[in-house]
Amino acid sequence: MSASLLILIPLLPLIGFLINGIGFKTIPKGAVGIIGTLAVVASFVISVMTFNDFVASGSQPLVVPLFEWITVGDLRIPFSFQIDQLSLLMLMIITGVGSLIHIYSIGYMHHDEGFGKFFAYLNLFLFFMLLLVLGSNYVIMFIGWEGVGLCSYLLIGFWNKNTNYNNTARKAFIMNRVGDLGFLLGIFTIIATFGSVEYTEVFAQASSFSLEDPVIVTICLFLFIGAMGKSAQIPLYTWLPDAMAGPTPVSALIHAATMVTAGIYMVIRSNVLYSLAPSALEIVGIIGGLTAIFAASIGLLQNDIKKVLAYSTVSQLGYMFMGLGAMAYSASMFHVITHAFFKALLFLGAGSVIHAMSDEQDIRNMGGLRKKLPITFITFLIATIAIAGIPPFAGFFSKDEILAHVFEHNKLLWVIGVIGSLMTSFYMFRLLFLTFFGNFRGTHEQEHHLHESPASMTIPLVILAVLSAVGGFIGVPEALHGSHHLAEFMSPLYDAARQANPAGFEPTTLSHSEEYLLMGVSVAVALISAVVAYVMYVQKASVPAPDSAEKSGLQRLVYNKYYVDELYDNVFVKSTKTLSNILYSFGEFFIDLFVNAAVRLTSFSAKMLRKTQTGSTGDYVFAMVLGIVAILFWKLLL
Amino acid sequence: MLTLLLILLPIAAGIITLLSGERLAKQVALIGGLASLGLAIFVWQQFDPMAGTQFGFKYAWLAASGISFAAGIDGISLLLVLLTTFLTPLIILSAFKNTYKSTATFYSLILFMESALIGVFTATDAFLFYLFFEAALIPVYFLSAVWGGENRLKVTFKFFIYTIFGSLFMLVALVYLYYQTPGTHSSEITEFYRLQLTPGVQGFIFWAFFIAFAIKMPLFPFHTWQPDTYTESPTPATMLLSGIMLKMGVYGLIRFLLPIVPSGMENWGLMAMILSVIGIIYGSIIAIQQSDMKRLIAYSSFAHVGLMAAGVFSSSLNGLQGALIQMLAHGINVIGLFFIVDIIYSRTKTRYLDQLGGISQTSPHLSVYFMILLLGSVALPLTNGFVGEFLLLSSVFQYDAILGAIAGLTIILGSVYMLRLFQKSMFGPKSKWVEGFQDLTASERAVLLPLIIMVFWIGIYPSTFLKLTEPAVSQLLQLVNN
Repeated sequence: MSASLLILIPLLPLIGFLINGIGFKTIPKGAVGIIGTLAVVASFVISVMTFNDFVASGSQPLVVPLFEWITVGDLRIPFSFQIDQLSLLMLMIITGVGSLIHIYSIGYMHHDEGFGKFFAYLNLFLFFMLLLVLGSNYVIMFIGWEGVGLCSYLLIGFWNKNTNYNNTARKAFIMNRVGDLGFLLGIFTIIATFGSVEYTEVFAQASSFSLEDPVIVTICLFLFIGAMGKSAQIPLYTWLPDAMAGPTPVSALIHAATMVTAGIYMVIRSNVLYSLAPSALEIVGIIGGLTAIFAASIGLLQNDIKKVLAYSTVSQLGYMFMGLGAMAYSASMFHVITHAFFKALLFLGAGSVIHAMSDEQDIRNMGGLRKKLPITFITFLIATIAIAGIPPFAGFFSKDEILAHVFEHNKLLWVIGVIGSLMTSFYMFRLLFLTFFGNFRGTHEQEHHLHESPASMTIPLVILAVLSAVGGFIGVPEALHGSHHLAEFMSPLYDAARQANPAGFEPTTLSHSEEYLLMGVSVAVALISAVVAYVMYVQKASVPAPDSAEKSGLQRLVYNKYYVDELYDNVFVKSTKTLSNILYSFGEFFIDLFVNAAVRLTSFSAKMLRKTQTGSTGDYVFAMVLGIVAILFWKLLL
Repeated sequence: MLTLLLILLPIAAGIITLLSGERLAKQVALIGGLASLGLAIFVWQQFDPMAGTQFGFKYAWLAASGISFAAGIDGISLLLVLLTTFLTPLIILSAFKNTYKSTATFYSLILFMESALIGVFTATDAFLFYLFFEAALIPVYFLSAVWGGENRLKVTFKFFIYTIFGSLFMLVALVYLYYQTPGTHSSEITEFYRLQLTPGVQGFIFWAFFIAFAIKMPLFPFHTWQPDTYTESPTPATMLLSGIMLKMGVYGLIRFLLPIVPSGMENWGLMAMILSVIGIIYGSIIAIQQSDMKRLIAYSSFAHVGLMAAGVFSSSLNGLQGALIQMLAHGINVIGLFFIVDIIYSRTKTRYLDQLGGISQTSPHLSVYFMILLLGSVALPLTNGFVGEFLLLSSVFQYDAILGAIAGLTIILGSVYMLRLFQKSMFGPKSKWVEGFQDLTASERAVLLPLIIMVFWIGIYPSTFLKLTEPAVSQLLQLVNN
């Protein structure tokens, strides 16, 4: 495999960014879209070639050093890339889904005055995202980690004349930085423990640590704080629903398919460390489970099409962490892949709806769109079935695999997971029915303007729909007489972890009939929810009440997202501002008193000293005599 | 000899500037600044990082007493000389767009300042260091007191007296150390390194140096002169103060405090470290609510310098290397940010965030340059701020995990106040103050472009500078650890 080709994978989007970023005023729109998209498509093609080479040459991991980045004493942080099963899978998702979303954006953003800027940012995002997964050490991962955060900030606040959007963008960046601090402290602990940040060196050394070594547990928990921020887990999740202020393709690419899965990537990448720290994994699983059900419950009552999808993303990420908690690394990766397909599709479909509805996002004002937007409808339907976990669509296989592992590991979490499935299916079908079924509830003007989106937007929808439908077949469980290609492919990633903690990797003890039962439960739950939603929103054609309507206590609580934003605002934001004001007015005043005293003392002694410079010879002689006496005194007596 | 030339060239250029008359003065000054930069780059080419102090010279000054006019360059000095000579021409050029009365005097003072700063960073004799340390104060005092804002006289007087107050402690320490040297006494700094002082004495010397340098940088709680002075001074003076002069304090810690009183460090280092870390958080939190952009950046600078000091007090290789590269990065970023504020102020006549907004709509170039400098300042990886902050925080963390975690809050707080600064000035609806706002002119870009190049150079390939200083830093640390 040629190293120079590998470098092109992140470099091409960077070049795309530079061209469009520097020339966005002069390059015509058509060219901007082509440059931006070509950069990513080419990157995708090279990723596929690299993948084939990798498999053909016996799946040997490869580290490609580029240059010396930071070297201080014994600490070497090279700028180098690592190619293995995990990075290759991520590369394919990022560039593959990325390509589709770029193509879609050509149509979606066509009328926007910031078209060039948009493509530049999108390419820059891909550059950082690719660095994140390609780096061969934690600090390169951190470059990507912070870089995607920056792009997320820029794209959430893309329409920056709007102060609200700017505020949500800022909130996203700051909340991510809370997580980043955890990540950074994790890196520092890694440096202090292993003297290196290179994956190969760290993991090789880690294998000799004993199970539950406090240092390893600490590292895992620090890193997980980073993951909570980037992957929007409790308590650092509130930025993601707000991030929907960005253009919809951004929500699809960054806030659903790729960036937010970085936390899962990080844990799988560090599987040696996590496998040595089951107690840290327990926390990961519990946080994931709580997030899954908590976010799903909020999704039940949201009326903004993108907000529903955003809470759904938070919830699905929770499932992935639940899987990680049960050491089902491959299952979580499986869900990362299928989720990338169907969630990107849902967002792009929502974008198509919003596009048709003249920027309307409230599903209470939609309805009956399936006639006017047939392609959007069919593809959205496929994605809904996929996320609800109904076989044989993609989401069924991946979610079921996670739940099976969780069942073996912790029954209570499994119950939480199943309740989450119930809610997922309900809010998704509610969304589908309210949007595409019944009668149109918008204005006449909107109705007049309704249209199916152009081909540049529907083609990506169709491709993603196909993937959402058949994507699950890369991991069919043995119980269904399939073979799990993905798990086999990823298996070498855990060789070191398997040696360090063999118990964690024992094959399932579930019998086939037990597995069928588990599958049956989750499918039944999903179907029941779908039927209930059908009865409520299609047969009875009920529409969620307007915001002004009275709500019961519980409804109000859920509708207002449990008031978590308000809580954070009061506890963190307002108190920091108050502290800032207090320190500025009182702290500074108080300290200044001492400074002023020192200044007065100095000026005063200067004045005194000046008085000694009288110019009179008599005074000087007197001073001299005094001095001599003093010296004599000192010499004789001491 | 080259060192002497480095010190004298700006003085000569300053005198020529004075004589060249009001019309030509700024061009002459710029040429003088560029000539110094050229010379510094030449020295850099000749420099061998492994060869210790180079290009030295030594003239007997007070021959009988062993005090001499001696200077030379090692890796640490060279880095700061490069910083000084790189920033000075940019500071000169940044002033072009404003008209200052008595132009010739104004620009010549900047050059005199440059000379004194180079003197501080290269002196190998302690009393010569002291001389330059005080001399540097005079040009900047006049720049601030004559060309500053409304409250300039009161504010600059306080600044002037207070820093002299601090330096007196250092003077006492230096005189004491001088009398401890054997034989006919010597004030060479390396002679001081050889002294065997009792821990009690080291404690006193530690605090004497600490106060002097802490006031200069400034560190908490010696800082209250700084926001006022930065705000009231004309921007070129603010740039000199924040971009270069505060580095005298950090440099002093590295050159004097660490190697001369190692057991003082052992006993009192933790306390100094705690003060530094308090300063990081204290400054950051205050910056969050500031409305005057200059004052906001002043507090941010105060927070940043606290982290540098904390790295030095960790007396580790990471900490010192981090502090050095951060001095370079901070100088570049802070000058860029003050320049952006100056551009905004000269166009809108206001520095208050509440009155600004929407500038990016008419000035995309300005907002891009601003964003890049801001990213450097909040330490985004691949920009200059990251390398230093990463090394510094890791050194503090290794010194004490809890202090490291507290200091680490700077990455959160920094993004809070910096993004607020950016959003309130650049984004949102256009305010009436920014009507007709012009994007960057060619000469403004000529200032910002070199800064941006350095932001990425240091961020992407810091080895250039890390390698320059590592041998000197390792040598110094050997003294500390013995």
